[in-house]
Amino acid sequence: MANPLYRKNIISIPDFSREELELVVETAGQLKREPRNDLLQGKLVASCFFEPSTRTRLSFETAVQRLGGTVIGFADGGNTSAKKGETLADSIKIISSYTDAVVMRHPKEGAARLASEFSPVPVINGGDGSNQHPTQTLLDLFTIRETQGTLENLTVAFVGDLKYGRTVHSLTQALSLFGARFYFVAPEQLAMPDYICEELDEKGIEYTIVGSLDDVIPQVDILYMTRVQRERFDEADFKKIQGKYVLKAEMLKNARTNMKVLHPLPRVDEIHVDVDATQHAYYFEQAKNGVFARQALLSLVLNETV
Amino acid sequence: MQYTRTVEALKEGTVIDHIPAGQGVNILRLFKLAETGERITVGLNLTSRHMGAKDIIKVENVALTEDQANELALFAPKATVNVIENFEVVKKHKLELPDTIEGIFACPNSNCISHQEPVKSFFYVKPQQKDTKMKCKYCEKVFSKDIVAVVR
Repeated sequence: MANPLYRKNIISIPDFSREELELVVETAGQLKREPRNDLLQGKLVASCFFEPSTRTRLSFETAVQRLGGTVIGFADGGNTSAKKGETLADSIKIISSYTDAVVMRHPKEGAARLASEFSPVPVINGGDGSNQHPTQTLLDLFTIRETQGTLENLTVAFVGDLKYGRTVHSLTQALSLFGARFYFVAPEQLAMPDYICEELDEKGIEYTIVGSLDDVIPQVDILYMTRVQRERFDEADFKKIQGKYVLKAEMLKNARTNMKVLHPLPRVDEIHVDVDATQHAYYFEQAKNGVFARQALLSLVLNETV
Repeated sequence: MQYTRTVEALKEGTVIDHIPAGQGVNILRLFKLAETGERITVGLNLTSRHMGAKDIIKVENVALTEDQANELALFAPKATVNVIENFEVVKKHKLELPDTIEGIFACPNSNCISHQEPVKSFFYVKPQQKDTKMKCKYCEKVFSKDIVAVVR
C-alpha cells in the first residue's frame, strides 16, 4: 500500500494528521542515520522561488540532489514571466508539465494552495507570505523528537514575536496533536493571535502567558526563540522591551539538562553568542536538519514506499 | 396595527422577506440579482410587526436555490425565502448556514492570492457562539462574517 503522503500536496500543517507528521519525522531520522542517494533517481523537481530565500531554497535543492534527483528553477521571481504579468496559475501549469514535483515560495498568502489546483504533480509549499511554512514545522518536529526522544507531552516555551511568526503558529498547531503544554513569552504588541489561543482552548490544550523569560527557563523541554523586529515598534516602545527577550548563557543555569534552545534563524541579537557554546544550543543542528526533513518529505511524496 | 400590502404580489419568482433594514441593497449587490435582467421590486424600511423595520426583495421568474438561500443566512439569518408559482408559495426555504461559500465575497486580506488569479473566492463557514467566522481557503486567514460581508 502506498504511504499516505504519496503524490499529496504539502501546503499547510493543519492538513496533516498526527500519523503523517510522525511518518515524516521517522523517515527524516532514518535518512539522517543512513543516507540514501537513490530515492529521487530519475526525478526532476522544480524549485520556484518567486521571493528570495537562503536556507529554505538551498536545503530543498540539497535534499533533491543528495537523493539522486535533479533540480530546475529560479531563485527570484523578478526574472520570470510573472514579471510580464503572467498569472501564477498559468506559470504553474507550464512548470508542472515539465517536472515531477514543484517546490515553491511566493510573497502572496495562499499561493501554494492555488498552485496545487492547477498542477497535476505535487506542490510543496516553501512559504506563502505570512501564512504557512510547513517544512520549517516538519524540521522543528524532527529536531524536537531527536533531542527529546519523543513528541508526547512536552513543555515548550515560545519567545519573541508570536504575532507575526508563522513558524510559531504552525508548530503550536502541530505540537497540540501530541499533548504539549505551552508558555508564551512576548511583548503585548506581539502576543499570540486570538485564533491560535481559541484553537488551543477548543482542543483543551494548556497554555500560560508569561511576562518573563527567566521564569520559564527551568520549566521547559524546548525554548523556541524568535526574532523581535525593531521595525514593528516605535523607538520609545522598542527601548522599553529591548533586552527583555534576549537569551544569555548565564540565564540557562537552572535549565533542565534535556532542555534545548531552538530558533528558525536568522538570529540577530535575541540569542547572545555565548549561548552557542552551551549544551542547550541546538539551532545550528536544527538548520542542518532542514535537509533531512525535506529529504523525508520529497521521498514520501515521490515514492509509493520508502 | 393594521397591515397594508405595500409591495405588489408576485406571479412567478422569489420573495426574500424579513431582511434586516439596511441589508436589502447589500443583498441585491452581492447576489448580483439586478444582473438577471428580470424585473425586481425592492422595498426598503417597510414597517414590520416583528422587526420594526425591514427590507424586502421580489425577483420575478427566478427561483432561488437552496444553496443561494443558505448563503443569505450569513447576513440575514431571519430572512424568509419563498418561491412563488402562479401567485402561490410552492417552497419555503429554511435558512441554514452553509459549510462553505464560493464566489460571493472577496477575501478581506489584500495580500491573498485569490485577488489576482483566475479563481473564485472560497470560505469555510464556522459558526461560533457569538459570531460566525469565515476562513479563506487560500490565505487561511479567519475573519468575522461582518468583515467579509462588507468587502467588495
